[in-house]
Amino acid sequence: MTAFLDFEKQVAALDRQIAELRDMGDDPTLNIDNDIARLEDKSSKLLRDIYAKLTPWQKTQVARHPDRPHFKHYVAGLFDDWMPLAGDRNFGDDQAILGGLARFRGRRVMVIGHEKGDDIPSRMKHNFGMAKPEGYRKAIRLMQLADRFGLPVVTLVDTSGAFPGIQAEERGQAEAIARSTEQCLALGVPMVAAIVGEGGSGGAIALAAANRVLMFEHAVYSVISPEGCASILWRTSDKAADAAAAMKMSAQDLLGLKIIDRIVAEPVGGAHRAPEVAIASLGDAIALELDGLSGLPRDAILAAREEKFLAMGRG
Amino acid sequence: MSWLDRVRNALPFGAKRDTADNLWHKCRQCQQMVFVKEWEDNLNVCPRCDHHDRIGAKERFAQLFDGGIHELIAAPAAPEDPLKFRDTKKYVDRIKAARAQTGDRDAYQNAFGRIAGQGVVIGVQDFAFMGGSMGVAVGEAFVAGVENAIKRGVPYIAITAAGGARMQEGTLSLMQMPRATVALARLRRAGLPYIVLLTDPTTGGVTASYAMLGDVQISEPKALIGFAGQRVIENTIREKLPEGFQRAEYLLDHGMIDMVVHRKELPETLGRLIGYLAPEKAA
Repeated sequence: MTAFLDFEKQVAALDRQIAELRDMGDDPTLNIDNDIARLEDKSSKLLRDIYAKLTPWQKTQVARHPDRPHFKHYVAGLFDDWMPLAGDRNFGDDQAILGGLARFRGRRVMVIGHEKGDDIPSRMKHNFGMAKPEGYRKAIRLMQLADRFGLPVVTLVDTSGAFPGIQAEERGQAEAIARSTEQCLALGVPMVAAIVGEGGSGGAIALAAANRVLMFEHAVYSVISPEGCASILWRTSDKAADAAAAMKMSAQDLLGLKIIDRIVAEPVGGAHRAPEVAIASLGDAIALELDGLSGLPRDAILAAREEKFLAMGRG
Repeated sequence: MSWLDRVRNALPFGAKRDTADNLWHKCRQCQQMVFVKEWEDNLNVCPRCDHHDRIGAKERFAQLFDGGIHELIAAPAAPEDPLKFRDTKKYVDRIKAARAQTGDRDAYQNAFGRIAGQGVVIGVQDFAFMGGSMGVAVGEAFVAGVENAIKRGVPYIAITAAGGARMQEGTLSLMQMPRATVALARLRRAGLPYIVLLTDPTTGGVTASYAMLGDVQISEPKALIGFAGQRVIENTIREKLPEGFQRAEYLLDHGMIDMVVHRKELPETLGRLIGYLAPEKAA
């Protein structure tokens, strides 16, 4: 059963009606098939209308939806022969960022991404996708490994941000993020990043300074959360919806600003309503980008990535 | 300003307060009054409690370059207000106010000069300009400063001070992190050193990019340096923060920086470092 978001109330009411009718459907004296069909039609049209004009704040909620596919779902749906690798060889193994070797439609690749978890125990284990320095240092290690053996790097970004905590600061959260970003930019192998849910600030760019950056239709990517921005600039987090709109954090806005390279369509009603469809679309987009980057010399891959980021904001 | 203030300020005897302000400086740390002249001669460090006050590019260049002699490096103009951002005020109005208040175009300024006779480009981030926040203009200036250092074949020193990225430029401000990082990769390939001087405060996306990528990391005493804001951390973990948390000395203890250096010692320290790391000229 889908958890409905605030702005989907009308759809939820229709779906409830449909379910009630179905329950009565056992009674052969009633002819309700037409009613059900009519309501289903209405419900899906309504959902399509709502999702065609989601506000940035509504998109933020979709991007955070608990049923939205996570790293492990993408790995299961897109990659074969998944071999997770662990640890930063320095302090520990951060479960907020996972990574490993995999085969993707005939290619050997390194996959790295945030995992938020999808129930209370797994969310605790993965720290809600908020990585600590050892997570970024693991990512650096895996990127270096991929670079040495010529494997393209695919990253899946989904984090509200890097973890704000005492130990994270003591172990150099800022330095770890800076070095991870630097490592993305130093790769001689192709790198494709996909913002699949939330692209939260430094915690996201550390895995997203890629040759090609994809973004799901209803994902968000921003320098600070709308709540954080609102509490600083409006002095109340109640203005999160205004902040989300002002910051232009939707895929559609970011494509216009040339911050991302391609939008990946989601099924009607968001990736969480038909995860396998969303996962397959993302796979096709990643394959397309890897095809475009394959066969290029290392210098060209690195130079193209550098030029792209050097021009960020030049208009 | 109300009409009353305007009239009052226009009166010759009303200027008394201004005179007092010009004569005395109240230390932000120990609250003691110090003669401005004495305070400035002491490099804007409180002679009573040794508090290193925040200073801008003009003061830095005067304090660090030999004889204060330097040549400003212009940065290409950056697109203004790319998002047409507005919160309780328009972003363009906030920029205008910051410009009027500081006399600067934006929060980052580069200059070329010499330290102990050795050429160097220094970039200074000014907290007084919108909290030193990093937007496209800061990124553009940072890149221009590094490129100038590469062209001259001299080291680059970044003096950082910022609350973080400039929210009013949204994800474009986040993109200045990789942008600055690319410039630094090129400096490294040119065989030139990159020295960071962290000053109070350096936090957020600035810390998580060029402020932490120095070949050598120096900080001024007691500077606040961190990724996450202290209130954010307290709200997340619901614990009191340890004494001295995110201060320069704390970072030194945790292996995050090489040294904490008093403002008086900076020219000498930087001069020696450049002597060790800058390419040696053929005799």
